[in-house]
Amino acid sequence: MNGLLDSLWRHFDVTVAILLFGIGFTTLLLHTNLIKKIIGLNIMETATFLFLTSQGYIANRAAPILMEGTRAVSGYVNPIPSGLVLTGIVVSVSVTAVMLALTIRLYRRYHTLDIDSMTLMMKGEDE
Amino acid sequence: MKKKIADSLRKRFYWELSPLDEDMIASLSEKPHELTRSSNEALEVLEDVREVRVQRAQEQEQEMYRQIHRWSHASGVKIIRSMYRVLAAVTCLGIVFFLLWTVNTLPPFGEPENPYNNEVFARYVEWGPDETGAVNMVTGMILDYRAFDTFGEASVLFVAACSVLFLLKLHDHKDGKPTKTWLEAEYDDRFHEPKNDQILQFAAKLMVPVVLLFGFYVILNGHITPGGGFSGGAIMGAGLILYLNAYGFKKTERFFTYRTFQWITFGSLLTYAGLKSYSFYTGANHLESFVSPGTPGNILSAGFILPLNLCVGLVVMCTMYVFYTLIRKGGV
Repeated sequence: MNGLLDSLWRHFDVTVAILLFGIGFTTLLLHTNLIKKIIGLNIMETATFLFLTSQGYIANRAAPILMEGTRAVSGYVNPIPSGLVLTGIVVSVSVTAVMLALTIRLYRRYHTLDIDSMTLMMKGEDE
Repeated sequence: MKKKIADSLRKRFYWELSPLDEDMIASLSEKPHELTRSSNEALEVLEDVREVRVQRAQEQEQEMYRQIHRWSHASGVKIIRSMYRVLAAVTCLGIVFFLLWTVNTLPPFGEPENPYNNEVFARYVEWGPDETGAVNMVTGMILDYRAFDTFGEASVLFVAACSVLFLLKLHDHKDGKPTKTWLEAEYDDRFHEPKNDQILQFAAKLMVPVVLLFGFYVILNGHITPGGGFSGGAIMGAGLILYLNAYGFKKTERFFTYRTFQWITFGSLLTYAGLKSYSFYTGANHLESFVSPGTPGNILSAGFILPLNLCVGLVVMCTMYVFYTLIRKGGV
């Protein structure tokens, strides 16, 4: 148990990312309000970005922007995770926008955001 | 007789007798009517008795069904919901604990010897500025080595804007007259949104030019300083949204309509595709690129990175603005 806590403290960045992921996932599963579900999904995405960017960090090194005089590899942090996170952010923004648009359409039709009552209304329509 | 039948039923099915069963037992154990005088009257009485029995049985059945229905609607839904909640919480906690358990096997935080700081990273840092001409290595990576991937990103934004348009745009009639929902949305927007707000308008007058200029600066300096098309485009989109909030749709329609969105996005994506297709013919297969990277650090350097950044920035700006207007009132 002590060893586990110690490793969690040594990887505090990953620990925070995992806890954020858990918070987002719980929000996604437990809330019946569609907007809150979307917020939960966004928190999960943020946790993933935090994890990725923290993996690219190297202590005591500069951001990957060329400075005068320093051209050695040992001067800069890893630029690859930053580029990957950029892609992730763009996709997350697009997905959020489409989800919100679908929610607006559902609200216009059923006048509620609660997914349970929405499902009941949908069943009533089928009969 | 009656007891015998009941016992045999109990033995066979092992259940408590319901009123329905008792009714059945009673009818079975009854002696048949003696039809001494086989008159029509006696037959009619028999029919009546049967009808009454059938009716009673049906009522009891319906009552049973109603009770089951009521149970499933009241406590059944409650039980399933609480079970779902418990299961969801257990799943989340399980995933979190499993992930925390695996943390121990990860390499330490911020060490240069970690496995992902490998030869790819070394190559980008060592050769990136010379090969692409971009001082900002992230920009050099995403807009030169991996520019095709960034083209996909811009297309994702474009497709997302298109699907939001399909979902939310309130269409006109075929003869060009606005529909009722469109008029209602327009009225709602004009009625509920603040109009001619002095404080907001003054703030917008000060802020909007600065915000737009700063966004443009971030886009143009994407290969020299931190930033680039995506961040600069988001800043410019925010400036446009601020202007729209302060002055309303009538003023923004002078320079930004649905047609502007169409042409800017289409033109930017086409320019991007055209500019980037040079890497299929040069650079690959040991062919020399005809675009010189220039002196790293100059504004006019880094080959095609500057125009590519501009294209990406314009697409992002239009997409952000269109997302906002569509979600606000269902039109551009």
